[in-house]
Formats: sequence, C-alpha cells, structure tokens
Amino acid sequence: MLMYVVRRLLQAVPVVIGTTFLIYFMVFSMPGDPILAMFGDKTPSPAVYDALAAQYHLDQPFIVQYGLYMKDLFTGNLGTTFSGEDVGTVLARTFPVTLKLAAMAITFEFITAVVLGLFAGLRKGKLFDNITLVIGLILMSVPIFVLCFIAQYFVAIKWGWASPTVGADTSFSNMLLPAIVLALSLFTTSMRLMRGTVIDTRSRDWVRTAYAKGLPARRVIPVHVLRNSLIPVVTNSAANFGVLMVGATVTEGIFNIPGVGNTLYQAIVRGEGPTVVSFVTVMVLAYVAINILVDLLYAVLDPRIRYA
Amino acid sequence: MPKPEHYVAPFDENEMAEVDKIKLDEKPSNLWRDAWRSLRRRPLFYISLAAVFVILLMALFPTLFTDVAPDKDCFLVDSNGGPTEGHPMGFTRLGCDVYARVVWGARTSLAVGLLATLISGVLGVIMGALAGFYGGWVDSVLSRLGDIFFSIPYILAAVVIMTTFSDYRNVLTLAFAIGGFAWASLARILRSEILRVKSGDFVMASTATGRTKFGTLISHVLPNSITPVIVYLTLSLGGAIVAEATLSFLGVGLGPDVMSWGNDISAAQTSIRTAPMTLIWPSIFLTVTVLAFITLGELVRDALDPKARARG
Repeated sequence: MLMYVVRRLLQAVPVVIGTTFLIYFMVFSMPGDPILAMFGDKTPSPAVYDALAAQYHLDQPFIVQYGLYMKDLFTGNLGTTFSGEDVGTVLARTFPVTLKLAAMAITFEFITAVVLGLFAGLRKGKLFDNITLVIGLILMSVPIFVLCFIAQYFVAIKWGWASPTVGADTSFSNMLLPAIVLALSLFTTSMRLMRGTVIDTRSRDWVRTAYAKGLPARRVIPVHVLRNSLIPVVTNSAANFGVLMVGATVTEGIFNIPGVGNTLYQAIVRGEGPTVVSFVTVMVLAYVAINILVDLLYAVLDPRIRYA
Repeated sequence: MPKPEHYVAPFDENEMAEVDKIKLDEKPSNLWRDAWRSLRRRPLFYISLAAVFVILLMALFPTLFTDVAPDKDCFLVDSNGGPTEGHPMGFTRLGCDVYARVVWGARTSLAVGLLATLISGVLGVIMGALAGFYGGWVDSVLSRLGDIFFSIPYILAAVVIMTTFSDYRNVLTLAFAIGGFAWASLARILRSEILRVKSGDFVMASTATGRTKFGTLISHVLPNSITPVIVYLTLSLGGAIVAEATLSFLGVGLGPDVMSWGNDISAAQTSIRTAPMTLIWPSIFLTVTVLAFITLGELVRDALDPKARARG
C-alpha cells in the first residue's frame, strides 16, 4: 500500500511540473508584452508594471523565469491581487467557504444519486427509470449559469424561499440553494453509474443465494445489493469534489459566495489578468491533488485494486 | 423397394428454424447497419435530429426565421419591454428584439462549438492513434503529455488563454482555447481502443502483405477503432457549446459586440428582477441545443453498443 502511495505521488510530479509550465508558457512566452496583454484595454501605471515585471522575473531568460516562478509558488509566495492583498492570505480566507459549499453539494449529490439510482436500477425500464433518465439528461444539458439564474429567479426572487445572494453570511441555510444547484448539475453521471451497477449487482450469484436462503427483499436490497454497488458512486462523487473545488467559479460568482471561485470570477469579469493566472495555477494544483486522493480512496475501497 | 421409414420433424419444430430464417442473399449486417436499425425505432432520435436540423438552419440562414435586425433599430423606448406584435419574445435592456438576437446567436454557438470539437477531435485522434499504435517511448511521451492536459480543467485553461489573448478575440482563438485543451480524454479513449484492435489478425495480414506500419494504421486500424471517437465527439459538441456560452458569459468570450447566447444571458442578468424573460429565452435555446446534441450522442452510443441493445 505504501509503495502504491509513493508511486502515485511520483507520477504526479511530471503532471505538476507540466501543468504549471504550460500555464506559465501560455501567459509569458506569447509575442508582445505579457504584462500589457494581461491588462487588455487598460494600461497599468509604471509602478504596477515594474512590480509585476519584478514578480515574474521578466528580465531573466524564459526558463530561469519559470524556475524562479516555481520557487515562489512552492515557498508560498503567490504574488498579490489587484487590491494589493497577498494571494496566500486571500486563499486562506476564501478556501474554507468553497470547501464548505463543495462538501454540502457533494453530500446532496451523493444522496440523490444513490437513492434515485437504486430505485431506477431496481425498476429498470419502468416509468420511474425513464423519468429519472430524462430528468438527468436535461439537467446534464443545462449550463450551470443558466441553472443558477433559474434557481435564483424562481426560488429566491419569485417565491422568496431563499436569499438570491449569499454575501458574507455563509451559514448552512444560506448556502443551501447554491449547494442544491451544484448538486443538480452534477448528479446525473453518479446516478447513472449507480443504476448500472445496481442492475449488474442484482443478477449476481450472491444475490440469488441471498433470496434462495429466504431472506426478504428489505434485507437483500440494502445489505447485498446496495453495499456492493456503492464503490463506483463513491469514487465518482469524490472526483466530482475536485470538479467542484474548481468549477464552482460561476456559481460562487452568481450567488456572490465569498469563496475561491468568486475571487477568480471577479478577477475574470474585471479583466485582472495577473490575479486570474495566480488563482488558476493554484486551482489546477488543487485539482491534481484531489485526483490523487481519489485514486488512493479507490484503492482503499476496492481490495481488488492491486497496490503493486 | 419401400423407402426406409424415418421420422421427419415438421418444419416449425425444426431446431434449424433459426438458421433457415437467415437469408443468404441479404446484405451482411454490420455494426452501423444494426445501429441504424435500432435507432430508427426511437422517437427520441427523430426529435433530437429535427432539433439539430432547425438549429443548423438557424445558423446558416437566420433570415428564414426573422427579418428583424438584431442589432440595429433598437430603441430605448422598448427597453426590457414585453412581447408585442412582430416581437414575440420582447426586448432586451437596450431595446433590441430578443427573438432576432436569439436566432442570430445560434451561428456563434454552432461555429465555435463545431470548430472547437473539430480541433479537439483532430488533436485527440493524432495523439491517441500514435500513442496506441506505436507504443514504446512514443506512447510514454504522448500519454504523459495527455496527463498534463487532462489535469487542467479546460474552462480554466480557456479563461487563461482568452485573458492573455485579449487583443485577438475571434472565433478561431476561442475554438482553439476550448478545443486545444479538451483533446486529452479523447486521446485516452482512442488509445485503449487501438490497443484492443491492433492485435487482430487483419492487422497482421495487412503487415504481411507488405503495407507500411503507417499505412496499416490509416487504412485498417483507425477505421476499426473510430466508433467510440464519433460518439465522444457528438457528446463533446454539447460541451463545447456550453464552454463557449460560459466564456462569453464570463466576458472572456467573443467580446460584447458579437451576438452570442452567452453574451445575451450575461447582459440580461442585471435586469433579472424586472425582465426575466430576456434572460430565459436565450437560456432555453442554449439548453435545447445542448440537449439535442447530447441526446443524439447518447442514442448513437446505445445503438452502437450491442450489450446495451440487448439490455433494451
């Protein structure tokens, strides 16, 4: 097991180097002045320009620039946002909020997927199965920002069941609506996975044996079918967690949730290039880290995965 | 001499009835013909095909659907106005006709979506085919490269590219920003499919007849492993359209002057309380387009998978 963990971590090294290099390359090796390009139509003041040139070591050759940038990244020196705050400080403040939102959304997603997927699988081809399939397909096709606006307009503005924006109060009840929206946008794949696994598990020998022993369905379904169908859904939901840590950008922006995604959203909308680059880099690294954890989780959950 | 009596089973009891039913002069069935046979029984297939056709028509000939100019003759008197005669979906905040804008916006979505899918398709096929067929160090290098691209969520990558290229925001750069990072999963799919196919006898036969390795790849291996690629591309077309709308919505798409559903939704969000329909109409068109492509992809995938067909 330890060897597997070490091997998986070593595999991540080229990915981390590659992703950071790619992002750095995209931004800083383009023809023209990268700092001016990041500002778009605006022109930075000479002081800001010099500060950025120093931060990104633009006086050095490209590969040295990248090396120094990596050193800064891993010593926690992530640069400053436009308002002059340290990116590390902003992350420390916003990360817990995003974590909470993602945890809420994943919990809802997991429960919905397991319950609906189980019943759809047990009633394969029946009305319930078809209805959940169609609803899942529709929810999968609605872009997340459309889903946010629909929820915001109907639930919050028209019916007044929730506050349209979250703001500073990040309590459970206040973040309920955005968390449900995120869960809805994600649960289709998990639900289908659950449905497929349930259909598969039901026809296994041990299930037939359980029925043959005379066990009632209320015991066979939860113990023999449900528990043996959970592994793929658990890992898929865990992978979705990574997607959410990164992909909640739009949702956090629309609902004005003070998380990491919202900071990135604001920076994108205002065209603050350097902040966008620092945040995207950090998010991609977080995404890689979560994917490693998911792989390890999978190995822990499924004993058939060999650790060699 | 009397014939020896022996039992002859009546025709309908014959165990070979199933075999007798096969008509020898019938066209031999193949994967695609079977798929077509199962597809044409699905009403959903015709519905999504019709939707795709209407959207294509809208993108190619918007004037068939509306003769109102989408970005001219906008009067602020009409700002956020409800539907009137000739303007069935009301007006935007700047007083432009919502219906006309929605019709003209189809072009942007489809152009960027198709181009981005094409780019990711070409990149994914090249990378996946070379990695799977040649193996060895080619596979190692290309697969690690794929891992890197796979680890960057493509919306984030597109955001960085479009922020950097803020001076060159056109359909081509946007399509490259989306498609240039979305190819890694396609390459993985094709690679594993080629690994499966390349041990087949026909590959050895092709090599034995003296065809070059690359020739075998192009004329025998690729055609036999392209099916999952086609399914994946149909599904990812929906994803690319969503990506375009999301980027336009974030303001790093094609710029505010271009008519696009994402831009229109973004512009309408400030008046969501007073005129929700200006936001909801482009959202509906966007969703229906994506839904049509995704449904089509799912149906084709089911039809091509004999196991799924047997499950019913």
